[in-house]
Amino acid sequence: MACGNNCSCNKDNSNSQDNSRRDFLVKGLMGGIGAAFLSGCSSNDKTKPASGEKINVLTHDGKLVTVDKSHVADFKPHISEEDVRKGIPGKKFVMVIDLAKCDGCGKCTKACNKMHYLPKNKEWIEVLEMQDSPEVAPYYFPKPCYHCDNPPCTKVCPVDATFKREDGIVAIDNERCIGCRFCMAACPYSVRLFNWSEPVKPNFLEETPAAENVFQSKKGCVEKCDFCPHMAREGKLPACVTGCPMNAIWFGDANEDAVTRYDGTTTKLSQLLEDGGAYRFMEELGTEPRVYYLPPTNRTYDAKEIDMSRVNEVRTDSTGIIQTDSSNSKK
Amino acid sequence: MEKLNPEIKNQIENELLGTVGRRYRQEAFWVPFLALICIGGTVAWIIQLRKGLGVTAMRDYVSWGLYISLLFFFVGVSLIGALVSCVLRMSGAKWRYPLIRIAEAVTLSAIFFAGFMPVLDMGRPERLYFLITHGRIQSPILWDVVAIATYFIGSVIYFYLPLIPDLAIMRDKLTDAPKWRKKMWRWLAMGWEDNLLQRRLLKKAMLILSIVILPVAISVHTISAWLIAFTLRPGWNSTIMGPYFVFGALMAGTAIMILIIAKLRHGYRLEHYLTPKHFNNLAKILLALTAFYLYLNINKYGVPAFKMAKEEKGVLEDLFYGKNAFLFWFTQVVGLVIPIIILSFKKIRQSIKWVVAASVMVLLGALINRYLIVVPNMLHPFVPIQHAQHGYATYNPTLIEWTITASSLAGFVLLIILLFKPFPVITMWEVIEEVEKRGEKEIGVENIVNFQNIPGHAS
Repeated sequence: MACGNNCSCNKDNSNSQDNSRRDFLVKGLMGGIGAAFLSGCSSNDKTKPASGEKINVLTHDGKLVTVDKSHVADFKPHISEEDVRKGIPGKKFVMVIDLAKCDGCGKCTKACNKMHYLPKNKEWIEVLEMQDSPEVAPYYFPKPCYHCDNPPCTKVCPVDATFKREDGIVAIDNERCIGCRFCMAACPYSVRLFNWSEPVKPNFLEETPAAENVFQSKKGCVEKCDFCPHMAREGKLPACVTGCPMNAIWFGDANEDAVTRYDGTTTKLSQLLEDGGAYRFMEELGTEPRVYYLPPTNRTYDAKEIDMSRVNEVRTDSTGIIQTDSSNSKK
Repeated sequence: MEKLNPEIKNQIENELLGTVGRRYRQEAFWVPFLALICIGGTVAWIIQLRKGLGVTAMRDYVSWGLYISLLFFFVGVSLIGALVSCVLRMSGAKWRYPLIRIAEAVTLSAIFFAGFMPVLDMGRPERLYFLITHGRIQSPILWDVVAIATYFIGSVIYFYLPLIPDLAIMRDKLTDAPKWRKKMWRWLAMGWEDNLLQRRLLKKAMLILSIVILPVAISVHTISAWLIAFTLRPGWNSTIMGPYFVFGALMAGTAIMILIIAKLRHGYRLEHYLTPKHFNNLAKILLALTAFYLYLNINKYGVPAFKMAKEEKGVLEDLFYGKNAFLFWFTQVVGLVIPIIILSFKKIRQSIKWVVAASVMVLLGALINRYLIVVPNMLHPFVPIQHAQHGYATYNPTLIEWTITASSLAGFVLLIILLFKPFPVITMWEVIEEVEKRGEKEIGVENIVNFQNIPGHAS
């Protein structure tokens, strides 16, 4: 696994089938969490009966100790408003979308909507059908937020409700947004969505500050793809990546120079961009997107089946709410 | 010119004071009618506040609609005050004197509603104060807030300064008015005694303000233009927006000015003060502005139309022969070309009726033009609109939006009428002073020295 850190803490992790796809980010966090596990141990010593199942944890001074699993508290580091505005330290998130692999199934959108409790008519990641000119073959084009390094949207926000974080994410604080929609006008990619009416709320309690909430919809406020920072904090991949069975979406950290996709393959970002002939959408606008595309060469699907004559049809089945089950909620 | 006969002066003042607090028959219909529309708009706004902006036809593609179009319209109209009180002053046009207060009233009303429109358009108006507590000065919206507020305050001061001597006249003359009014006049007149020192100070203040207000006025509208010019959108991403907005605004403001003085001339019986000379001169200004605006339009639409770049193509085709073609050609032909032709003839220009007709056309064109600047561009973003849900890829304003729009326009007119109620419409002291200095002809007033009491209009 291409991981910048050389810690060995995930060797003994019990759910190993989950490892490959969730651990590309986890190692950086593990040391800190290990320390927190122990503090959890001491406070929970007397209250819980031992389960008999043992687990290895790394202490803050580098010792590997075996403790009973029940003694490990379900620890979540406190994330303050300031942490959210700053972003995850040391990270530079980046996404690579392989247009040769995307067959337009729309499962990324479905997974995203499920994760963020969005109704069907909202799409944070939208799969478009593109055809650059009549003679060339059409291709599918998933369009998340590009989390630009020179974001036109954050520049115009009058109240700092949308902002660029140090980890590259362009986030929205819906406790701050006044709903002027200047950012929507400013975004050249039509990525931003507005809550024109009261959104349907899932019934769970949200604890993180607004910009890292799973559920972001708020009446009169703007929302958009957030690169799933709540998942990244736990070292997990965004919903669209884990939801893409075609392995078309890579996600990772530019500082580590590593990106991972659905099947758990982790590769060198720079190599992938170089070998794949990567480009960014509408580079000429100078927005410096953090999302790269690999051109649709050697497609793994039949391009002819994309019917370009139908792309402008009005969608009729778009009012329903995607059912969300509790297993998908964050806690 | 010799000093006016005190008796004539007295009669002029009496005549001009005759409009103060007077109830006109036409107003008896119009004021309640406009107020009713405003109440309807308030109800619509309450519905919108409760249910959210979903009651409008705005959706994620067309995220700005009628409200922002109206914002641009009102900010534009507010420039008329600066045109009359600064540009005409600099160019030494003495005929401006009877128009000053009318222009400032239009400005005040327009800038008030210009400040109001963005609040109507906000998703969470209850967070308006965030602009102060969390304001980012880098955002053009903050610039707009500062500019509109500055221009509003400047306009209030400019409305008030020339009013002080008139308030003193009212304080001294209208002795049979209700007590609270007299008290108010006394308080507002700030001890004006009409001595030389006071006059000199007042004139100096007005001169300074008239110079300061011009850059403020231009910045207000330029910043409004930047709200759309600062975006990376086809059609909006253009350097012409600032001047395009400013001159379109001066044009619309002049048209409104002509319509209002046409209404006041007969409605308030001010035939001696608002004369064909004013209409003729304003018509000349309107001609120059419409011609220049047509030139700007040719640049704004013609230059990209020659190139037909991929991004601009969609919106240009929409305007030239697509869905919005009728509106577009209406603004160009009825809103610009025909008025230019009409106003080019001296004979026609001297007819008040024709000038008014041309102004109506220009004003309609200007209103529709604001809509065409905002909405069609939003329907043609870089990324093609695909699989749009029903109602997302079109914009047909709802009844709520139309009601709020109509009531904003009604409120704009109503506020002007209300501003004319407690004060004389014409700046009395300045007109008298200038008539003394230069004679009637230069100021554009007629037959007031040989004053004859108009039957049925004794105060």
